[in-house]
Amino acid sequence: MSAMLYYEDVHIGDELPTLTKHPTTQQLVKYAGASGDFYQIHYDKDFALGLGLPGVILHGLLKAAFLGQLLTDWIGVEGFIKEFDCSYRGMDVPGQPLYCKGRVTNKFEEGNEHCIECDIWTENPGGEHTTPGKAVVVLPRRS
Amino acid sequence: MAEESIITPEMRQAIGMELEPVVMEVEKGHLRRFAQAIDDPNPLWQDEGYAQGTRYGSIIAPPTFLCTLRPEGQELPFQNPLRRRLNGGNRWQFFLPVRPGDVITGRSKISDIYEAQGRVGRLLFILRETTYTNQRGELVARHWGTNISY
Repeated sequence: MSAMLYYEDVHIGDELPTLTKHPTTQQLVKYAGASGDFYQIHYDKDFALGLGLPGVILHGLLKAAFLGQLLTDWIGVEGFIKEFDCSYRGMDVPGQPLYCKGRVTNKFEEGNEHCIECDIWTENPGGEHTTPGKAVVVLPRRS
Repeated sequence: MAEESIITPEMRQAIGMELEPVVMEVEKGHLRRFAQAIDDPNPLWQDEGYAQGTRYGSIIAPPTFLCTLRPEGQELPFQNPLRRRLNGGNRWQFFLPVRPGDVITGRSKISDIYEAQGRVGRLLFILRETTYTNQRGELVARHWGTNISY
């Protein structure tokens, strides 16, 4: 994992290191099995086409998991995700990269906690933000 | 042109209703399969030797793992006339780490049901709130989910 990230090192406007994911149909099957979400739009192409979808699409919660990884990769083992949310505005399909990105929007102290707020999102190759959200993470302080 | 509401008296009655709790013991193998499925190589989810040297002292679950405990998959106490559905969004608050061996109880309630007109026709929104507690009765996480049928 990366070097430890401290509260003092993070500034409003900072960008989180981009995480690039390469979802495949095989990953959707693995995610269906591991998560217990067996809705056929995620692995049965005929079923998905029959519902007017472009083909099988990524689980929303798989994209949330990608955003979770974006955060935990960034904050490291000493950081803690206090809260995060995302909404699924655009469908994403396997076979094309998905870029997970974020930007710091606020820093504040709450009780003993040193919190960083950021916008997070997934971006498709067309530059559309398909899964926008927000997160608050707690970081250690240097002193 | 106003169409008739698709929200039935049964749906209205279901708002505020608590669903049957769902209980799951967190297993190491399940954590590993989940981490592999989301393709997240962080050793904190899988490598006991690494994790023991961290402040957690054991492997823990990745943030969205609790969604595998699926109160969302439960039967709802009403008929939904719309067959297509999508996940609209998820929100979590986290309080404590989840470890292998934890027995997690998820308690869900239907917090709201409403309809709207979308590009693809009539949309039905079903909102759920879930609290997750561990075997010590400690609050581990809260979750809010929006399901959309159309």
